Amino acid sequence: MFYREAGDFKTSYVDDSQTFPIKFDRYRYYVVLAVAFGIIPFIINDYWANALLLPFLIYAIAAIGLNILVGYCGQVSLGTGGFMAVGAYACYKLMTAFPDVSMFIHVLLAGGITAIVGVLFGLPSLRIKGFYLAVATLAAQFFLVWLFNRVPWFYNYSASGQINAPERDVFGIIISGPNAPAWATYLFCLIFLTASAIIARNLTRGTTGRTWMAIRDMDIAAEIIGVNPLKAKISAFAVSSFFVGIAGALFFAVYLGAVEVGEAFGIQKSFLVLFMVIIGGLGSIFGSFAGAAFLVLLPVLLKLVGVDLLGWPTDIVAHLQLVIVGALIIMFLILEPHGLAQLWRVAKEKLRLWPFPH
Amino acid sequence: MLDNAEGYVTEDGRKIGGVVMEMKNITLRFGGVVAIKDISFDIREGEIRAIIGPNGAGKSSMLNVISGFYVPQEGEVWFHGSKRPPMRPFEVAQQGIARTFQNIALFEGMSVLDNVMTGRLNFMQTNILQQAWWKGKAEAEEVENREAVEKIIDFLEIQHIRKTPVARLPYGLKKRVELARALAAEPKLLLLDEPMAGMNVEEKEDMSRFILDVNDEFGTTIALIEHDMGVVMDLSDRVVVMDYGKKIGDGTPDEVRNNQEVIDAYLGVSHD
Repeated sequence: MFYREAGDFKTSYVDDSQTFPIKFDRYRYYVVLAVAFGIIPFIINDYWANALLLPFLIYAIAAIGLNILVGYCGQVSLGTGGFMAVGAYACYKLMTAFPDVSMFIHVLLAGGITAIVGVLFGLPSLRIKGFYLAVATLAAQFFLVWLFNRVPWFYNYSASGQINAPERDVFGIIISGPNAPAWATYLFCLIFLTASAIIARNLTRGTTGRTWMAIRDMDIAAEIIGVNPLKAKISAFAVSSFFVGIAGALFFAVYLGAVEVGEAFGIQKSFLVLFMVIIGGLGSIFGSFAGAAFLVLLPVLLKLVGVDLLGWPTDIVAHLQLVIVGALIIMFLILEPHGLAQLWRVAKEKLRLWPFPH
Repeated sequence: MLDNAEGYVTEDGRKIGGVVMEMKNITLRFGGVVAIKDISFDIREGEIRAIIGPNGAGKSSMLNVISGFYVPQEGEVWFHGSKRPPMRPFEVAQQGIARTFQNIALFEGMSVLDNVMTGRLNFMQTNILQQAWWKGKAEAEEVENREAVEKIIDFLEIQHIRKTPVARLPYGLKKRVELARALAAEPKLLLLDEPMAGMNVEEKEDMSRFILDVNDEFGTTIALIEHDMGVVMDLSDRVVVMDYGKKIGDGTPDEVRNNQEVIDAYLGVSHD
C-alpha cells in the first residue's frame, strides 16, 4: 500500500545490487510486465498499435541506445538517425537475401552490423570530445543518408529509391508487411524492448557501466585509475549502435513498412531521439522510457485536445507541437537537467516519507 | 645504510624491504620549461616516502611521471626490478600503482560504492557478454569484489555514505572516498598527492591515522606529497626535497630537517 523500504532488509550483496531493491518497485515492475505481455496483446487494435504503442516501443529502444552513449559514457552523438538507417537497410538487405530466415535473426544481425558501423564512426571519440565529437557524428549522419540514397545496391535497384518491407514471419506468424496483425508486431517489438532494457541495465550496473560513467565524469582520472579509454568508448559506441540499429530495423520493417531514407532517418530523427534522452533523463534507463513515451504521446494528446476537442485547424496544432517541444526542452535544461527520471526519483523520495515528512 | 639492497629498519622498528620503484636521472621538459631536472631516487617496499618542496618545484609532475601521465624526455623508471617501457596511465594502473589527486578527481555522478568499485577494475575478468547476461559469472564477480570493497569501506569508516552520490559529500569525506578508491586496487605502490590539503586539524589527524594504518595493516608502500611539515616529518620514513625541478635533499626526516640547503629553500628558520 505505502511506498516503504522500512523492514526490507538486504542480507546479501546479490539482493542489494538488484535492479529494483525496494519491494514495491519490484512488484510494480512485475505488474507492468504482466500487463504488457499478458493483457495488451488481446485488446490491441491497429490504431493503438500504429499511433502509440509501436512508436513508443521502438523509440524507447533507440533512446536506451543513445542514453548509453550520451548519458552513461558522455559521448555526444548526433548520428542516431544515420545509425537507425544502417539498421533498417541492413535488415532490408538481409530480409531480401535470406527470405526463409526468422525475423529475429535478421533484426539481431542488423543490430550487429550497426554496431560495427557505430564503432567505425566512434573512433574519432578517442581524440576529440564535446562539440567536436558532435560534429563528427553529424558527419556520420549526413554521410550515411547520402550513401543509402546514392548507392542503388542498398535499395536493390528499385525505381523509387525506397525500400519496402516484404512479408516475413517468426514461427509462422507474420511480422512485417501490410498483413501483419497488430498484436504480433506489438509483441515482437516488446520482446526486443524488454531484452534491450534488461541488457542495458545489467551492463550499466556492472563493471562496463562503471567504466563508462568514469569516462563520462572525469576521463583523465579514469585512465589513471585503470580504465582503458579505448575499450570503454568503443564498447559504448558498439552497444549503443547495436540498440539503435535494432530500433532502426524495427522502425522500417515492422512499423513503417516502406522507407525513404532522408525522410525517415534524417537529422530530425537524430534530434528527436536526443530530445527523448534529454527530457527523459541522461544516464537513466527509466528516463529513456519516459522520454520516448512523452514525445510519442505529446502529439497524439495535442491532436486530441486541439483538433478533436477545441476544433482548431490541424496545421496550427502541428506547429504548436513544435513550439511546445522546443519550450519544454529549454525548460528541462534549465529547471531539471536530469529530466523526467529525476522528477520521478524526487517523487519517490517524497513518497518514502509520506505522510510524515519530518 | 641505504646502499643495502635488503632494506633497513626504521626508528619505530618497522622492517623496510628492497627497492620497489627507482627513478633514474629523470628529466621532464614542457617546451622550454624544465619541470624536473635529472632527479634520481628510490622507493622501498613498505616505506612511507614523502616528496616535499615549495610550489612549482615539480612534485606533482614527479607523481605524474610515476603514474605514467607524463613521459619523461630522459631517464628511466624501474619498477620491481625491470625497466618500465613507455606506457599509458591505465597500463601503469594495471601494474599495481594507484593514486589520489591534489584536486579531488572522483566520479561525481556515481555513488561512493560505485566509485570504490571502479578502483577494482584490475580484478574484473568477465567480458561484456557475460555482464550483459549478469546471472552467473558476472554476478559472482560483482559479489566477490563487493566483499573486498566493503572491507575497505569498513576500514575507512564510510559505511554510512556508501549509497550517497559523491557530489553530495563534504570535502573531507571526498578525500577519504578517493583514498578508498585507490586502496580498492590493492596497490603495490600508493601515490598520494597532498592527501591533507585543505583539511582542518581533526581531519588531518584522521587522515594521518588512515595512512599509517594502511601502511601497517596492508604493508602498502606509499609515496606522498604534502605541505604540512609536521605531518610529513611524523609520517614518513624518508623524504625527497625538490626545488625548481632539482633534488636538493634526500634522507630521513632528521637529516632533511638539518640540511642547510633545504632550510634555505623551503623550511626556513623558526623564530623562537
